[in-house]
Amino acid sequence: MSAYTLEFSEIGRADHARVGGKCASLGEMTRAGVAVPPGFAVTTDAYLAMLDQTRLREEIMAQIARVDFDNVDSLERAAQAIQIRFRSHHLPEAVEAAIRSGYAEIGEGTPVAVRSSATAEDLPDASFAGQQDTYLWVCGAGDVVEHVRDCWASLFTARAMKYRHDANLGQIDVLMSVAVQKMVNARAAGVAMTLDPLNGDRTKIVIDASYGLGELVVSGVVTPDNYRVEKVLMEVLERRISDKHMELVPDAAAATTVEREVDEARRTAQCLTDAEIIAVANLAKDLERQNGCPQDVEWAIDADLADGHNLLALQARPETVWSQKKEDKPKSAYATGMMGIVGALNNPIGSR
Amino acid sequence: MNAHSPLFPSAYDLKAPAGAEGWEELYPYYLTFQPNLREKEDAKFWFCDSQHWPNPFKPFDAITVEYAVRCLGQYNTRHYLVPPANGVDYRIHNGYCYMSPIAVAPDLIEGRIPQFLERAGHYFQNWDSLLENWHKKVKANIAEMEALSFEKLPETVPLDWITEGRGVDPHLDIMANYDAAIQLLYKTWQYHFEFLNLGYAAYLDFFGFMKGEFPTIPDQAIAKMVQGVDSDLFRPDDELKKLARLAIELGVSDALKSGSVDEVLAAVAQKEHGQAWLDAWKAAQDPWFNFTSGNGFYSTDKYWIDHLDIPMGYLRDYVSRAQAGKEIERPTAKLIAERDRITAEYQEMMNPEAVEAFQGKLGLARVVFPYVENHNFYIEHWSMSVFWRKMRELSKLLMEEGFWPTEDGMFYLTRQEVRDVLFDYGNAWATGGEWIGPSYWPQEIERRSKIIDALATQPPQPALNNPPEVITEPFTIMLWGITSESIQNWIGADEEEGALSGMAASPGAVEGIARVIRSPDQLGEIEDGEILVAPVTAPSWAPVFGKIKATVTDIGGMMSHAAIVCREYGLPAVTGTGNGSSKITTGQKIRVDGNTGKVTILD
Repeated sequence: MSAYTLEFSEIGRADHARVGGKCASLGEMTRAGVAVPPGFAVTTDAYLAMLDQTRLREEIMAQIARVDFDNVDSLERAAQAIQIRFRSHHLPEAVEAAIRSGYAEIGEGTPVAVRSSATAEDLPDASFAGQQDTYLWVCGAGDVVEHVRDCWASLFTARAMKYRHDANLGQIDVLMSVAVQKMVNARAAGVAMTLDPLNGDRTKIVIDASYGLGELVVSGVVTPDNYRVEKVLMEVLERRISDKHMELVPDAAAATTVEREVDEARRTAQCLTDAEIIAVANLAKDLERQNGCPQDVEWAIDADLADGHNLLALQARPETVWSQKKEDKPKSAYATGMMGIVGALNNPIGSR
Repeated sequence: MNAHSPLFPSAYDLKAPAGAEGWEELYPYYLTFQPNLREKEDAKFWFCDSQHWPNPFKPFDAITVEYAVRCLGQYNTRHYLVPPANGVDYRIHNGYCYMSPIAVAPDLIEGRIPQFLERAGHYFQNWDSLLENWHKKVKANIAEMEALSFEKLPETVPLDWITEGRGVDPHLDIMANYDAAIQLLYKTWQYHFEFLNLGYAAYLDFFGFMKGEFPTIPDQAIAKMVQGVDSDLFRPDDELKKLARLAIELGVSDALKSGSVDEVLAAVAQKEHGQAWLDAWKAAQDPWFNFTSGNGFYSTDKYWIDHLDIPMGYLRDYVSRAQAGKEIERPTAKLIAERDRITAEYQEMMNPEAVEAFQGKLGLARVVFPYVENHNFYIEHWSMSVFWRKMRELSKLLMEEGFWPTEDGMFYLTRQEVRDVLFDYGNAWATGGEWIGPSYWPQEIERRSKIIDALATQPPQPALNNPPEVITEPFTIMLWGITSESIQNWIGADEEEGALSGMAASPGAVEGIARVIRSPDQLGEIEDGEILVAPVTAPSWAPVFGKIKATVTDIGGMMSHAAIVCREYGLPAVTGTGNGSSKITTGQKIRVDGNTGKVTILD
């Protein structure tokens, strides 16, 4: 592909700065043989071309120069103006051509997700990451191009600008890459963590799962089923089945997704079979091994694909909460040899 | 809980079932709760060991609990001075045995440590050479038992005894051989525990260390890291598999398909390569068919070597499975790879500072653990096979002489009473008068038999009196799987409708149809894909483990024989459910979760 787009399978370590966290992780997974929905990254070079080959950079700077960051109305006005400026420019020809060709590779007319993949996502404030847009069930090359532009523009919402201002980040220095990825027709989806988020226990894989696409799980609209898997024996230890009242599913006719009520019988049923739970756990465990640290994995089971090939990884990130925690457990001295045995007899574990 | 309302009943308030009155006289005085000791006995916590002794004892059979539990105690109390634990006291009540561990007074524990370090330390340091010697001792002991014979008293003392001036008669040999059999059994049980308590102690150390590093690690993951794959306990079953393959290879498998054992062997002999197979069949029997479908603790246990139809039935099954292209061998390479994987993955997740201790403790646990599995073949199976065979021979001899009407009559007598009978037998033989026994024992045995049948109608209590606040006795926890938590389960505090809980003994979860098996004689009823539900299982049931989907037992801990075999066969198991075999009925659909220890009745 060009400098403006990279297929996931082409993304190497050296490209990480140009594709953002989300695309980098998708690239690594693809190269490691993990099943992910196919797609490509629109690199930060494309974004820079947009800024520099149009008058956009100057127009944004001009707006920002006038903003009173402590005044909500002023911020909101600037944000609106910048959004309008984004929409008033065509993408540079070479950029648009690269995106169209990338989309053609996935398949003309195939529904895709267009997601922002910001280069500043590593910043500690997790909420920042959520401020860029995600567009699902986008169909047709023209719409894909438009939504890439919308993703870029979402860097300049009032909240994002305010955040950068407060964090002393340059308004125009945070670059954005965009992931264009085949939409998954998810029968069920969710999140898997390769440690127990409640206590940091690395011997567990904890899975949240619900019907349809995973967005309702991530956003907390639905209380998902919660499964706990023993990481070494790969056995399901616990299944907490919830009332999963809503699901987000594709509406093929409208080329979009709709939220709908889950029928009575399915709501309180276990949404993954035990075999599927183990498959999700194995996927998460593989990703943890590849990345060398505990992971937070978004996954989905595609209704269009055959059993055994239908589990897809959508995203994997390092787990941050427990992994960054300093070991505050006092170092225990280990009694070894005969004194270990004496200790075990005097205080057998079952008695604790 | 308070002293006035104990959680479990007092033995003194548990009356015998109707028809069992007077059962106390069937056992020695020291085995029953004595009326004048009520206060002391009620102050102790007793749990029922129905794991090893699920059925009421015939008087003779009580010898197994006496020797086993007594010999367990000697090593803790007198040989190694295990710091916190002496032996386990035991009683028989209403036909069942109850155990009460004897703790060492807290102020004496410290003082025992140096002696324990020296004595147990010597065993751990010289484990392999001492164990090699153990095998020699046990085999010599078995050979001595095997050499014992009981012959009817002759009409006259042989002439050569007269001419060579012996001056004694053959009755002396009968008395001596009986006493020798009892003494050799006593020695058998001393040997049984020479290494076992230490093996469990080392395992307990490793177990506790792993629980400290990974508080939620499943017990069976720890067990999998140390378990052997070449245990002698699996050898009898492996021999049958080899015989099945050989039968197919030699073209004699058709001859095995039907008929009695004698008919089968005759049919095989007709085949071209039949003799080669018959030689292999014969060779496998000594010692590997000294294998019981029971647990070695009852005179009624059937051993393969005495009931060749049992191994023949399993063999047929293996032949047809092998011919259907199924893998019948245990996947040992896979088991080893799995053990290594589990070990490596936990080590990866461990604090780096803990790795050295982990490897040391794991190393020792792996040195000692094979004994924990292997001893069972040499003692419960091989030694007990010979012992029971000799005792059955003696009982049959006395039946033929008219002392009782059935072959098993002798087992309704205590072992001391048998000495009396033997004296009676030699006494009247010497005086030329009449034996008293034939006019005394038949109706007495009839009476005792009714008492034992009556006792069997009433299941035992899981425990007596009040449990301690926490169970701290290491062997109670390890051998019997009794913890403060499992006692709560007995009380049924958190029992839901249709759900049972026990020990998560072997991982995996399945649903299937239950088959309740109360005695090894019923093993033939099990059909492919059923879930075995039993009060307790024996490792020799191994051949049915290839057919079943999961196992549920009433009794047993992580290290119970059922748990070990299930892990070996990769089957889910929930052990120690308390009453699974009475709550579940054959044909019900159940779900067994060996990861959480839950069993659910789905029907």
